[in-house]
Amino acid sequence: MSNEIPPVIQALGEAVSAEFPGGLLAITTFRGNHRFHVCPKHAYGVLKYLRARAGFGMLIDLSAADYLQYPDLEDRYGIWYCLLDVDNGRRLIVKTTANDPDPKVESVVDLWEGANWMEREVYDMYGIEFLHHPDLRRILLPDEFVGYPLRRDYPMRGKGERHNFPVLTRAEG
Amino acid sequence: MALKLSDVIAPPADGREKDYQWTLNFGPQHPATHTTLRIILNLDGEVIIHSIPDIGYLHSGFEKLGEHLDFNQYVTIVDRMNYISPVANEIAWHHAVESLLGIDLTPRCKYIRVIFAELMRLHDHLLCVGAAALDMGAFTAFLYAFNQREKINELNEWASGQRFHPSYTRVGGLQRDIDDNWIAKLRAFIKQLPSAIVDVTRLLNRNRIFLDRTRGVGVLTREEAINRSVTGPVARASGLVRDLRKDEPYLAYKDFDFKVVAAKEGDCLARYLVRMEEMQESLKILSQAVENLPSGPVNAAVDDRMVLPNQLSVYRSIEGLIHHFELFMNNRKWSPPVEEVYAATESPNGELGFYIVSDGTGTAYRARTRPPSFIHFALFNHLVQGHTISEVAPILGSLNIIAAELDR
Repeated sequence: MSNEIPPVIQALGEAVSAEFPGGLLAITTFRGNHRFHVCPKHAYGVLKYLRARAGFGMLIDLSAADYLQYPDLEDRYGIWYCLLDVDNGRRLIVKTTANDPDPKVESVVDLWEGANWMEREVYDMYGIEFLHHPDLRRILLPDEFVGYPLRRDYPMRGKGERHNFPVLTRAEG
Repeated sequence: MALKLSDVIAPPADGREKDYQWTLNFGPQHPATHTTLRIILNLDGEVIIHSIPDIGYLHSGFEKLGEHLDFNQYVTIVDRMNYISPVANEIAWHHAVESLLGIDLTPRCKYIRVIFAELMRLHDHLLCVGAAALDMGAFTAFLYAFNQREKINELNEWASGQRFHPSYTRVGGLQRDIDDNWIAKLRAFIKQLPSAIVDVTRLLNRNRIFLDRTRGVGVLTREEAINRSVTGPVARASGLVRDLRKDEPYLAYKDFDFKVVAAKEGDCLARYLVRMEEMQESLKILSQAVENLPSGPVNAAVDDRMVLPNQLSVYRSIEGLIHHFELFMNNRKWSPPVEEVYAATESPNGELGFYIVSDGTGTAYRARTRPPSFIHFALFNHLVQGHTISEVAPILGSLNIIAAELDR
């Protein structure tokens, strides 16, 4: 597959740029994945626009990565939204960023209900806060867990959680 | 800012006394959950007002491991996600890796992968249907289904040496080729499977108890399916006709004649019927694939230095040895572009995608799984509201939640 941006995506990008001046930072394509890199300030607006006006009615995937040790990248966290146009089968990935010390993005649960658990998972693993999320709490890890395990500065073997796991004896229990 | 589980369970502070409501803890160990799921049910008599799924009991950091194991090593972990269709996960993982590296598979490899993907679909659907029936008390149907599943495990063992977690695919190819004996075994399997499907159908399709407990239970509309990111048989049972095998054909799915099965009702019965009918379509694909299996190598061109060389050339030629060394040493391995890619396949449970971020080394910088079980279990509260406790089991069964994939 060629890595040229197809005219349809280019036109959609122009429409988004017209709606949100300075919101769309770049359009990239790699092996059939078309990506809109969006400035965090406009991310929610662009997603809302894509859902309402461009037909991307389905959120296939939402997740994030910590680009701490990634070559040539300034922003620490990247968050991606894989969108799907159900009627035409088009796909689009919207990428935005967040940064320390207080990584935040706007929640998209009011656009797609499916984002609920996916955002909770990102919060659980990376500590990125989703503003206006209805039920933002840890999902896979226990409530009292400290730290965010998928961050790159979190060691693979953990920080001794297993070693220091509290053991209840029969007398205490 | 962040909430805790106890905040959610506590009754809402709206002043009204609702002492007729009570809370029931369902799981983590319960026969109907099959693995470890915990659901906190808020009940009015027997009717469920609200449910809070509490997951994570099987969380074992698969995605973190994916950042430390190379493209071939991680396949053993991917296997253990949806362990009732292991090879489908491997195919999805290597599909993503191969689209990152830009590898073209050989026709034979594509066909063998299709055969395995469809075997896994049968494996998954048989267990799902059987276990759903078991939870409603239909033990015989479960045994007929489980018996067939055993035969697929045998096929796995013959091809890869492992029954349950075959780790059969490799970057650009397969662990090893299949032989004529295996094909004969597969033909025999294809021949006898329809009678087992008929057995299950006869036991369940007109079974009064089964119909009463599944019809109209856990209805998911098409709009909600789209809104809640639902894919696979669950979406197709709600009239959302999407199948990546048709919509975005990967491997060799273009070559086969099969139909996409869908229903409109969106209830547990529709999900069961869609799965049963999909098994017939899988059988069609299987028999077409096995009869038209191309000859030739299973691994992509060795010159690209992407695919493991065969044993003979490693032991008998210096080129093969160096090639093997290059792919195994930690500071060498593959050199993919510094890019990211999302690639998905139609796994038995729905769209199974991997988002790989690559920093140019042979290990993924980030290996995100899009797990269908996770996304489908998020539906649970929506589906179960207003139903009784006894309907929890059919709804759970029809969603086919695999906790290992749910928690990863």
